[in-house]
Amino acid sequence: MAHEHKLEIFRGLLKFKSNTQKIWGVLIFLSIVTAVEVALGITKPEFLTANYLVGMKLLNWIFIVLTLVKAYYIAWDFMHLRDEKSALRRAIVWTPIFLVCYLIFILLFEADYIYNVFKEGYLAWNF
Amino acid sequence: MDATVTTGTEGSVWGGGNRPLGASYGKLMMWFFIVSDALTFSGFLVSYGFSRFKFIETWPIADEVFTHVPFFHGNYPMYYVAFMTFILIMSSVTMVLAVDAGHRMMQKKVILYMFLTIIGGAIFVGSQAWEWATFIKGDYGALETKGGRILQFVNAETGERAALADFAKTLPEARVKHEKNQGIWYQEEGYKTSFSLNEVVAGFKATPNILVRTETINEEGEKTVLNRQESLSRIAQATQVVEGANLIHNEYGSRLFADFFFFITGFHGFHVFSGVVINIIIFFNIILGTYERRGHYEMVEKVGLYWHFVDLVWVFVFTFFYLV
Repeated sequence: MAHEHKLEIFRGLLKFKSNTQKIWGVLIFLSIVTAVEVALGITKPEFLTANYLVGMKLLNWIFIVLTLVKAYYIAWDFMHLRDEKSALRRAIVWTPIFLVCYLIFILLFEADYIYNVFKEGYLAWNF
Repeated sequence: MDATVTTGTEGSVWGGGNRPLGASYGKLMMWFFIVSDALTFSGFLVSYGFSRFKFIETWPIADEVFTHVPFFHGNYPMYYVAFMTFILIMSSVTMVLAVDAGHRMMQKKVILYMFLTIIGGAIFVGSQAWEWATFIKGDYGALETKGGRILQFVNAETGERAALADFAKTLPEARVKHEKNQGIWYQEEGYKTSFSLNEVVAGFKATPNILVRTETINEEGEKTVLNRQESLSRIAQATQVVEGANLIHNEYGSRLFADFFFFITGFHGFHVFSGVVINIIIFFNIILGTYERRGHYEMVEKVGLYWHFVDLVWVFVFTFFYLV
């Protein structure tokens, strides 16, 4: 099972000489992303917590986007999806993404509805 | 890889000779498992989101819950979890290096990298156990009201959280832990708090610079602190003292938060634990030279997939439990 490794990340911006080198490169990138997340989480910059986008703080959007970036590199380089055939990759990636988006959509809307019932309905729970 | 039945038609299309995905049976099955397990974890995390959106105005703030670092005193939110994340990513890296060395049939290197991976996993599970113990033990202590809400305490002068021990009075009352051999139907108390409700209430009335902090989050994104008058009327509704967290009571706020914490990090921790066990089995197989004789190290690649998946899940747990 000799594998061909694709040795470039960031759409060819960064090319590595060997697979080992690519692994360390990805580690450095993931560590930087985690460090940024932690730094933002501790400092909580004012303009990121005060501004909202689609009902959520800008800061939380940044966290979620950075998480998806990390997940992409873990799946693509550590789980070497980059080297698999595109049919396998798409089957693995898009199936859960579709189902999870659907689940998030229904459950969060439902939760928001219940929140409003608790808030405006004649129901005492916060006593 | 090898067909189990030989019919002489293996190479042809109708004999199963086509490999449209270009991956072996074992790897495909590992991916099947990973996708279904990913959906299980998504179910947990989304139901956490459900409960959180339901109680969006009173949900605990994770920064205030997870503030401890082993061997250090003081308030260090998130540093320890960030360290745990780094450890897990690091052990993922040694795992890929093991897979890479396996492709090049370098037994000695695979042994070394698998060993490092196991160590990383063990450190992570240990850290998680410590996190649990700290969470269960509790921090400042709080009161629970009749409606199941949590009242925490703040020092009015410094604005910092006040522990029950800072102001509770010691009253000359004897309070024995209720044990199951004394009760009807073998009921018992889980634990005995260090102060009784009367002691906390009496101490609160005698200390004017202590205020009550409710679960409600105000516009600045902080928990609401009541004034002295409101505090006194609020504390009259308290029914019991809560120290630490378990599945029924939680001094940090909403009990659902504790339930999801135990459930999600517990389920993830169990995955890490079983990952370590599987890694150890593979580790011994490598030492014994099983894969050297088999001619390929695909088994390392398969457990590798599982191990990276555990890392992948942690990235999401980290975000949704500790950051957002």
